[in-house]
Amino acid sequence: MNDTIVAISTALGVGAISIVRLSGPEAIEIVNNCFKGKDLTKVKTHTINYGHIIDQEEIIDEVLVSIMKAPKTYTTEDVVEINCHGGIISTKRILETMLIHGARLAEPGEFTKRAFLNGRIDLVKSEAVMDIIDSKSEEANKLALSQLTGTTSNMIKTFREKLKQLLASIEVNIDYPEYYDIEIITKDKIKKELTTMKQELQKVIQESKNSTIIKEGIKTVIIGRPNVGKSSILNKLLEQEKAIVTDIAGTTRDIVEGEIYLDGILLNIIDTAGIRTTDDIVEKIGVEKSLSMIDEADLVIVVLNNNEPLTKEDEEILEKTKDKNRIVVINKNDLEQKLDLTKKSLENIVKTNANTVTGIQELKDKIIELFHLETIKVKDYTYLTNARQISLAKQAYQSLEEAEKSLQENLPIDMIEIDLKNSFDLLGEIIGESYSEEILDHLFANFCVGK
Amino acid sequence: MKYEIIVVGGGHAGCEAALASARKNHKTLLITSNIKNIADMPCNPSIGGPAKGIVVREIDALGGAMGKTADKAALQTKMLNTKKGPAVQALRFQADKITYPKEMLKTLNSTENLEIKEAMVEKLLVKDKKIEGVELENGEKILASAVILTTGTYLKAVILTGSTRKSSGPHGEKESKFLSDNLKELGFTIKRLKTGTPQRIDKNTIDYSKTKEEKGDNIPHTFSFDNIVYRQPEDQISCHLIYTTQKTHDIIKKHLKESSMYGGYVEGIGPRYCPSIEDKVVRFSDKERHQLFLEPESLYYDDIYIQGFSTSMPNDIQDLMVHSLPGLEHAKILKYGYAIEYDAIDSMQLKRSLETKLIENLYTAGQINGTSGYEEAAGQGLIAGINAALKLEGKEPLILKRNEAYIGVLIDDLVTKGVKDPYRLLTSRAEYRLLLRNDNADLRLRDYGYQVGLISEEKYKRFCQKKENIKSFEELLKSTRITPKKEINDYIETIPSTPLKDGISLYDLLKRPEVSLDNIAHFIHLDYTQEEQEQVEINAKYEGYIKKAKKEAEKMLSLEEKKIPENIDYEKVPNLASEARQKLSEVKPTTIGQASRISGVNPADISILMVYIKRNG
Repeated sequence: MNDTIVAISTALGVGAISIVRLSGPEAIEIVNNCFKGKDLTKVKTHTINYGHIIDQEEIIDEVLVSIMKAPKTYTTEDVVEINCHGGIISTKRILETMLIHGARLAEPGEFTKRAFLNGRIDLVKSEAVMDIIDSKSEEANKLALSQLTGTTSNMIKTFREKLKQLLASIEVNIDYPEYYDIEIITKDKIKKELTTMKQELQKVIQESKNSTIIKEGIKTVIIGRPNVGKSSILNKLLEQEKAIVTDIAGTTRDIVEGEIYLDGILLNIIDTAGIRTTDDIVEKIGVEKSLSMIDEADLVIVVLNNNEPLTKEDEEILEKTKDKNRIVVINKNDLEQKLDLTKKSLENIVKTNANTVTGIQELKDKIIELFHLETIKVKDYTYLTNARQISLAKQAYQSLEEAEKSLQENLPIDMIEIDLKNSFDLLGEIIGESYSEEILDHLFANFCVGK
Repeated sequence: MKYEIIVVGGGHAGCEAALASARKNHKTLLITSNIKNIADMPCNPSIGGPAKGIVVREIDALGGAMGKTADKAALQTKMLNTKKGPAVQALRFQADKITYPKEMLKTLNSTENLEIKEAMVEKLLVKDKKIEGVELENGEKILASAVILTTGTYLKAVILTGSTRKSSGPHGEKESKFLSDNLKELGFTIKRLKTGTPQRIDKNTIDYSKTKEEKGDNIPHTFSFDNIVYRQPEDQISCHLIYTTQKTHDIIKKHLKESSMYGGYVEGIGPRYCPSIEDKVVRFSDKERHQLFLEPESLYYDDIYIQGFSTSMPNDIQDLMVHSLPGLEHAKILKYGYAIEYDAIDSMQLKRSLETKLIENLYTAGQINGTSGYEEAAGQGLIAGINAALKLEGKEPLILKRNEAYIGVLIDDLVTKGVKDPYRLLTSRAEYRLLLRNDNADLRLRDYGYQVGLISEEKYKRFCQKKENIKSFEELLKSTRITPKKEINDYIETIPSTPLKDGISLYDLLKRPEVSLDNIAHFIHLDYTQEEQEQVEINAKYEGYIKKAKKEAEKMLSLEEKKIPENIDYEKVPNLASEARQKLSEVKPTTIGQASRISGVNPADISILMVYIKRNG
């Protein structure tokens, strides 16, 4: 219980905000390291602080951060809650950022477990919680391992094998310094090995990101001016009322998600705030975000209103999305046609009336058609399947980078070895193998040393 | 006659144990089968090496005798791994096999409260699971409140050369026939281990022209923090390097089945890190040659030790093997190599204080616990001696943590993981080796040595002064700033290093890998000792890494603070995996931290265990 844990503590999906919660001695420091705003290490306890979560320079989300210092917190440890705009994508990115900055993904029930172990919850309450933890931790372990595809775990194993050899070569030089027949591992040699290892690991991380299309679905963004019926179309697609739909323009200020399966591929649909020029600050943020979503999307559904002429904002949207996988939906077909697209040469047009189901099936068909045209590699992917694994791989990569940096600064081999060892351990964590005496075993098996 | 503490065995573990106990004012008896063999070095004529050398420094910091004695016996001194960074540097001395035991015996003889008796112990006197004393071969009973067993390789020792098996300790000394049976009766699991030693050659029959000379360092070194140099660099004795030949390998392959090992005459498990020459030739058959060091054993006799050539071949084959080596074509063999088998107890039956779990006030240290090496033995002996004494004083035992000392790593490994083959310390066994350096052993451990009463007031005062000097030197460097003036940057470029853009402190300048203390001396007068300066330099240069290591260690420590009740019944802990249940019952870890290091116990088991303890605590 000495480390800092993190989890998304609100249900993922539709919701105005979600909360990423951290608990542990470094909770405040970790958040502060990726927070643009006040210095959180200096604010008073039980305060709410406005600012942005950043990944290096890039702003991930605008947030409110609650700082609650030990001991008057749920877990009795330092607790930080990040209130962010409830989209899956930004929430997950915030979670990932926390993992990279040193937090550990909480196990099921771990916040409660800490509360209990720190004496915050009484025994009776804990009995129930403990049963959950007892049963879940094992399940979770199994699950995490079974989720790894054979190729991935083999690949990590091979990769780790290489690091192990490198480490054993360094160790043998250290523990048996006067064995002249054993090759002295030069820094040049380590540098070379590091470069290839880094490339390979980078590839895995990159492919894992690509693979999220298959695992996490096609990121589909619905975009258009306010009140053209985006949320209604989303709801019809989801066949349930999830987004808030009203007649007042600008209601959907938060990005809302829903999931549907089309032909076995997950569609992750994101509704956006309507695009319009506005002075309302909150809405402005929503609009900016909507526009930025376009870049990240795999598929863009642009919604236009049949009942209104094409506006400047519509043109802007069409211009901005012209290079994306795009479907143009002309909604409100039951009303008088005022929209004129004759001057535009647009492909993939679907006409709907989202108040009824008219055109929704055509829209679904169009999506299927579009992604059948796309060649998505569903098989033979080498990828890590969850945030924990990806974050461990990223940390392993960072350790290799640090080793490389130390090499460049000409630090001695025992320092460089620390980062290599760390990387080795992190990779071991991904596949559930912890360091025992593997390196030593390798050393004795492969080098002839002794008195 | 009643003693407070009896130490059985006069090897490196026994000497340290007896000295610690007597110096802590407990009436102590050291029983050895032969006083001539006190602090004997039956194998290699060297002390120290990677990890081991740091143990010797630790022993000295705690108030033990090995470091000072090795300084007096030094024939050649070397700092190893100087180019590989501060964390892995270690001292290795060639030590005179006559001087070392002689000096140790002198120390023992001049210690108050300490008696030495020549006898063979064959039985332990135990009542109600508590030790009461020992019984000798002749039936004589000697009573004591605590007993420390440091029997080395003597328990049921068998010497092997080829197909010959002879019951005997090293040097043809009498082995202990019945003590291990007695231990078995008392409930100890007995293991059979093996080790070996190479031939000794007459130095006058070696053609040194065919060898390569290996000299010591040209600056003096000492193990002890007293820093008294007994052998000046120019008076050092050289070692010599040779390599095995194709002919050597052919002889070994041809006669392989005649060796004890490959002939199937050996029962014990040999050390992985110390294979015999037969093993090397077989397992690494692609290697054309293996290196051997010719190491002088003493100034007082002519034996040369062939490091790297340990064997259990019959004597006539050993003749052929030795004569196939360059420079040794006409060498006279003074002692043949042999393998030795001996009994050891399962070290998982020990507490971290080195007291046995089965019998109160009975301690064991050294090879009986499954380790090998003089340094590993001495380190355990010292801790066993200190802890037996502390127990009699009604005080908590001294348990060194993994982030505090290699001795701590050694003992924790022994009692938590157990051993399959004889255990040797290696730097790679220590997770926090950046903290466990050769240079800072006193800073890590001297306080403990003082607290337990093995460091004199005067020495401790000197140590405190050193600590203060380090602090003030660091403060001086931090508070002295230099600015990017032309003459300063001109000098910095000659180092060579990047010229300054803004003013920086000398401390920050020293952080640059290419900047040395000599460069710092260009700016201020360094009125501090080498050792003090070195501390500040290492702390400055590796600050980031040291911080990282400390953070990792803190994580481990907080788990160490969580105690597991001694009477816990793992059968009653719900949901533990069965392997974890079995391992935990076997090891009986005293803290959650120790439990987490047991192989087969996974993090989920640790969670469950923590919850169970909390719920029932």
